[in-house]
Amino acid sequence: MKIHKYDTVIVGAGGAGMRAAIESTKRSRTAVLTKLYPTRSHTGAAQGGMAAALANVEEDNWEWHTFDTVKGGDYLVDQDAAEILAKEAIDAVLDLEKMGLPFNRTPDGTIDQRRFGGHSRNHGEAPVRRSCYAADRTGHMILQTLYQNCVKEGVEFFNEFYVLDQLLVEEDGVKKSAGVVAYELATGEIHVFQAKAVIYASGGTGKFFKVTSNAHTLTGDGQAACYRRGLPLEDMEFFQFHPTGIWRMGILLTEGARGEGGILRNKDGERFMEKYAPVMKDLASRDVVSRSIYTEIREGRGCGPAGDHVYLDLTHLPPEQLDAKLPDITEFARTYLGIEPYTDPIPIQPTAHYAMGGIPTNVEGEVLSDNTTVVPGLYAAGEVACVSVHGANRLGTNSLLDINVFGKRSGIAAARYSQENDFVELPENPAQQVSDLVERLRNSTGKERVADLRLELQETMDANVMVFRTEQTIKTAVEKIAELRERYKNVSVQDKGKRFNTDLLEAIELGNLLDLAEVMAVSALARKESRGGHYREDYPNRDDVNFMRHTMAYREVGADGSDSVRLDYKPVVTTRYQPMERKY
Amino acid sequence: MATPTLDKMEEAAAASPYITVTFRIRRFNPEISDEAQWQDFQIEIDPKERVLDGLHKIKWDLDGTLTFRRSCAHGICGSDAMRINGKNRLACKTLIKDINPEKPITVEAIKGLTVMKDLVVDMEPFFQAYRDVMPFLVTKGNEPTRERLQSAEDRERFDDTTKCILCAACTSSCPVFWNDGQYFGPAAIVNAHRFIFDSRDEAGEQRLEILNDKDGVWRCRTTFNCTDACPRGIEVTKAIQEVKRALITRRF
Repeated sequence: MKIHKYDTVIVGAGGAGMRAAIESTKRSRTAVLTKLYPTRSHTGAAQGGMAAALANVEEDNWEWHTFDTVKGGDYLVDQDAAEILAKEAIDAVLDLEKMGLPFNRTPDGTIDQRRFGGHSRNHGEAPVRRSCYAADRTGHMILQTLYQNCVKEGVEFFNEFYVLDQLLVEEDGVKKSAGVVAYELATGEIHVFQAKAVIYASGGTGKFFKVTSNAHTLTGDGQAACYRRGLPLEDMEFFQFHPTGIWRMGILLTEGARGEGGILRNKDGERFMEKYAPVMKDLASRDVVSRSIYTEIREGRGCGPAGDHVYLDLTHLPPEQLDAKLPDITEFARTYLGIEPYTDPIPIQPTAHYAMGGIPTNVEGEVLSDNTTVVPGLYAAGEVACVSVHGANRLGTNSLLDINVFGKRSGIAAARYSQENDFVELPENPAQQVSDLVERLRNSTGKERVADLRLELQETMDANVMVFRTEQTIKTAVEKIAELRERYKNVSVQDKGKRFNTDLLEAIELGNLLDLAEVMAVSALARKESRGGHYREDYPNRDDVNFMRHTMAYREVGADGSDSVRLDYKPVVTTRYQPMERKY
Repeated sequence: MATPTLDKMEEAAAASPYITVTFRIRRFNPEISDEAQWQDFQIEIDPKERVLDGLHKIKWDLDGTLTFRRSCAHGICGSDAMRINGKNRLACKTLIKDINPEKPITVEAIKGLTVMKDLVVDMEPFFQAYRDVMPFLVTKGNEPTRERLQSAEDRERFDDTTKCILCAACTSSCPVFWNDGQYFGPAAIVNAHRFIFDSRDEAGEQRLEILNDKDGVWRCRTTFNCTDACPRGIEVTKAIQEVKRALITRRF
C-alpha cells in the first residue's frame, strides 16, 4: 500500500473532472485519478452541442434557457441551480472558445448555433438556435480541448487508477472527507490518497441497461463509493432514454440530426411526432419523443419484420449538409448498419443514455449528507452528481454545459477549501475495505460468473424499468436484483494475477451496478406518478401534491449485516416558475 | 421516404445469423511467462458484430484472463487500437464480415510500444510525444470579451486534424516509429498541425521548430501507413506534408 498526499484529488477525467482540474491545479496541489486515460472518457461521445443563449444567430436570453431547463425537467429542477446553469452558460462557452475549441462558425465568424430538443424562444413559442457545436463531435472537441489545457497547466494525472472507496472521518462531531482509496490497474497495488478536498467527476451508470449509448466503463463507481459510506443518492429513478440510438446496438445518433431537419417516421412513413407534439414535433424533449416511439411500436406501427424500431429519416437533407454537420453519425450508420443515410432511413430505438440523479450537491458542488448538511471537503460535478439542474429529464446540450459550469465551480470551491483547511487524519487501516474486497474476489472459488450476472441484470432493467414502468414490472426488477445481489456473493474471477487484471475490475464494477440498480428500482417503485423520464403506466399523471420532491436514497445496514435502501425526500427549490402542464 | 434497405436485408438473412470464427490472439503475460505465444479460440458470432464483440465473448465465456482496453465501443474513445489481420484498426469499428471470417482472425497488440499484457501496451511514450508538440492554443495580448472571430474557411483549414482520438493506430503503423521510438510519430504531428493551421494560434513557429528536430517531421518517409490506419479517416500523411511545407516556406 502506498500513501499519497495532495491538497485536492479529483476522481475522473472526463469533462467535469478536467474542467475542475484546470481551476484546481492553478490554486492547489491537485491529483486527478482516472480509470481511463483522460481522452477515453465518455464526454467524447457527446455529439450535438452545448447550450448557451449567446444570441449569435437569433434573439435569445438566459432566462428563456432557464425556463426551458425547468420545463424540460418536468419541474423537478432546482430553479436556483438552473438559473446559474443558464446564466453561466455564456461564459462557459466563451471559456472553451478561448481555450481553443474549434466551434463551427457563422458567416460573421462568431460561434454558430443550431436547434435542439426542448430549447425554445420565449417560453415555448418556437424552437430556438441555442446549441453551440463543432460538427457532430462537440463532446470530442470539449474533451480534447480540456485535455490540451490540462497539458498546458501541467495537471498531474494518475491514469488507470480506479477509486474504490471514499474515506469519511468524524471530526468534532462532523463527518468529513479524508481522502480516497484507489486500485492501480497496471500493478494491482492499492493507493491511499489523503486529500483536503475530493471532487467526484466519475460519470454515469448506464451500463446496467443492455441497450445503452453508454461506454462499457460507465458503471457508477463514484456513486457506489459514496452510497456505501452512507451518503444519499438523489433522484436515481430518473434515467434518460435518448430517442435515437442505433437499433439493437444503442449507439447514439445525435438529436442534432433532428435539429438539422431529420424526421422520425413509422412503418407507414408517417411523421408521427406531429401527433404527440404539434409545436416542437421531432424536437420535443427526449422523454416525450422516446415514449412516442414506443407508443408507435406497441400499437403496431414499428418498422422491420419484428416491428421493433422506427426510422430516423435524413434522406431529404442535402448530402453536403450531412457531410458538414453530421459526418460522424452518418459514418456510424455506414459502419455498423451498412446503409447509406443519403438514400436510406436509419433504424433507431430509444437507448439508455443519462442518469439525471446522482450524488446530491449544492450549487458550489459541495456534497450533501442529508437534505441540508454539507460534507466538508467533498464535492461532485457532472453526471455523477445531482445539483439538480436536470430534474426529471435533461434537455439535450445541457450535459456538456453542466460539466463545464459545475466542473469549474467545484474546482474553484474545492481548491479554496484546500487552501483554508488542514488535512483530516486518515482512519486506521484506511485501505482495509478495498483490500478485503479485492482479496475476496481474487480468491473466491464461487461458481457464479460476472458476465452471466451482468447480462441478467441488463435484461431485467431493459424489460422492467425502461421507458414504460408499472408497479408489477418494477417489483419484478427489484426481486431479480435482490437475487442477483445474493448470487454476486459467489462470483469468482479467472484472472488471479496482479498485472492489468481487468477481469477483477469487471467484477468490482458489477457490484457497483447491482447496488445502484437496486437504488434505482426501489426509488422508482415508491414514486407513484409520471414525471419526465420516469413514466408509470399505472400512474400516468404528474402528481405535484405528493411527488413534487426529490427522492433521497440511503443505504441502511441491519444488525445482521444485511443492507437495504431507505427512502427520504427533499423539497424542490422553486424561484420563478410554478409548475404548469408540459406541452410541446 | 426511400426504401428501407436494412429491413430487406434482415428479412433475407432469415435463420441463424451465427457463424463459427477462429480468433488467433497474441498472448503475453510476464507474470506467467516471458514469451509471447499465439492462442486460438473458436466462437459463434454474428458476422455483423464487431471484433470487439468477439474479444468480449472470449473474455466473458472462455478465458477471463484475456486482457485488452476498451470503453465506448463505437470508435470515439480510442482505447482499442490493435493489429487485426496484420493491419492497425479499432476492434470496435471492425466488423467480422469485413475481414474474411473464413480464415482465423489474428489479433495482436499494436507495434512499437512495449506490450504490458496481451493487447495492452504502454501508451506513455505516445502521450509524451503528443505533449511535446505544445498541443494547446497559444495566444498573445489581452483576451477579447467575446469569442475570437474565425471565418468558416479558416475553421475548415484544420478541420481534418481535429478529428484525432489519440488511439495510436497511425503512430504504431509507422515503420520509422518501429525502428526508432524517438520519432515523434504521425499522431503528434497531426496534433501540431491542428494548431499550426488554426488562425487563432500564435505559436506556429515554436511548434515548427520542435518538429524541425532530428526526430521530427523529416523522418517521415511518406509510406502512407498512417493514413491507411487512421480509423477517423484523417489524411495523416497529407497533414505531415503540409507541416514539412510550412517548415520550408514558413507560411501557414
